Amino acid sequence: MTAGTPEVVLRVDDVHKRFGDLEVLHGVNLELRANEVVCLIGSSGSGKSTLLRCCNLLETIDGGSIELFGHNLAHERIDEDLVRRHTGMVFQSFNLFPHLNVLDNVTLAPRRVLGRSRSDAEADAMELLDRIGLSTKADDYPDRLSGGQQQRVAIVRSLAMGPRLLLLDEITSALDPELVSEVLGLVAELAEQGMTMLLATHEMGFAREVADAVCFLEDGRIVESGTPAKIFEDPDEEGTRRFLQRIIDAGRL
Amino acid sequence: MDSTRSAPSVRAEGDTFSLYRSSRPRLRGRSGSVVSVISTLTVIAVGIAVLASPSAAAFRRGFLDVHQMWIAFIGDPTKGILSVGKGFLLNLWLSLICEVIVLILALGIATLRLSTSPVLLPFRVLAVAYCDFARGVPVILVMLWVGFGVPSLNIPGLSTQSPVVYAGFVLVFAYTAYVAEVYRAGILSVPRNQVQAARSLGLSSTATLRSVVLPQAVRNVLPALLNDFTSLQKDTAIVSVVGVLDAVHAAQIAGGVTFNYSGFTIASLLFLAVTIPLTRYTDRIMAKDRGRRLAGAQ
Repeated sequence: MTAGTPEVVLRVDDVHKRFGDLEVLHGVNLELRANEVVCLIGSSGSGKSTLLRCCNLLETIDGGSIELFGHNLAHERIDEDLVRRHTGMVFQSFNLFPHLNVLDNVTLAPRRVLGRSRSDAEADAMELLDRIGLSTKADDYPDRLSGGQQQRVAIVRSLAMGPRLLLLDEITSALDPELVSEVLGLVAELAEQGMTMLLATHEMGFAREVADAVCFLEDGRIVESGTPAKIFEDPDEEGTRRFLQRIIDAGRL
Repeated sequence: MDSTRSAPSVRAEGDTFSLYRSSRPRLRGRSGSVVSVISTLTVIAVGIAVLASPSAAAFRRGFLDVHQMWIAFIGDPTKGILSVGKGFLLNLWLSLICEVIVLILALGIATLRLSTSPVLLPFRVLAVAYCDFARGVPVILVMLWVGFGVPSLNIPGLSTQSPVVYAGFVLVFAYTAYVAEVYRAGILSVPRNQVQAARSLGLSSTATLRSVVLPQAVRNVLPALLNDFTSLQKDTAIVSVVGVLDAVHAAQIAGGVTFNYSGFTIASLLFLAVTIPLTRYTDRIMAKDRGRRLAGAQ
């Protein structure tokens, strides 16, 4: 690894994925280098979420290959738990554990998976919670928090494992509009700190500002990818243009 | 479809409908409370009439004789009457011990039934067969079968156990199947995305089950578990058929000696003294749980 070309964190090569007769991914190619932020855009059902889930082995692929940190995920000796230990995933529906308070939500994995002591894990968790301004909520249960707060805790829960890649699956889609910015603000902050991220999003303004590259997916294919400026201002493909026009019509860009 | 954007009309012109009920108005407020007082008084009057009749007196003598109840409760060794109260202690501790064993075994059966590993397939099939059998056969039948059958087999160690052991085994056998199904429903009630969230953090499937799924599952089915415990507590009465001296057996003996069956009444009261508070407690937990869910759903 030389200074000019950061290592490739994730390489998706001609990936196919079927659910029964429905082919969700038709040969997707993608490369993500360290410290990069890549946004996947496209309408619902275009395959964004499936692609993210394949990178975390929550789904298995039917063709092609995914390499994470230079290792092929299809290798028979790949340990899915180890893969997930190094790649954080944040979901649209937060998925905080309702029976645990905020602090325990954040410390569960470091304690159970990394075997860290409670006091160690809690000290780190409190520091992370402090960074997002939620250390006062450490003892609260998730249902006492707003959606935006819950999602930020979910992000911190992933961060507590020290991931080298974050997969964010439409993390603001379930939020009330006024809560979106606090979550995106946190993601932008992480991007600034150099966190490598692959995110599916409907927030075009955010993608334009934060992403190093934007990929437009349609029907399980990456139709067009490039810099945000290119994709949003001067797309080559008719499909991309149509999609962006619909977004503009809906008043979301 | 895009060219005709006008909203479709909801109702055709002249389409009329009524907002009035066709029958008499429902009784509410003052007239409602007058009616409820009248109906209550009627029921009380009928009740008094029934209790005052000559057959009711026989009923009271045979079943509700307080003196006989007391004798049955404390027992009278000189007449060979054994204490129902002492017998009830056996019902109590037997139900407690069985419940603990049931809770542990049932959890194993439930997780086995929900496992997906190919190695465990034969055990999964056995678990299903066991649950079907144990839930489908009357407990009293299994009790007679084991209580009288096993001692007759003359198997060393197995055929020489005390009847209490057989009785405990049968209760555990029957209730483990029920409780396993309750656990299974509870585990299935935990949303899949909870599992995915845990797995995506690197937790193994075992750790996920232990730290994420089971705590939520048990919480979801706690009322059902308490229900089954109440039922088990009650069903300890069937141990009397294989000669274990519990409250029911003692009451039976008392009845045989005195020809008065108030002993059964006191035995019932003892069971009720345990099961009613348990049921109320279950209700309270259910109400609390409902409140928690509603609070969480807003």
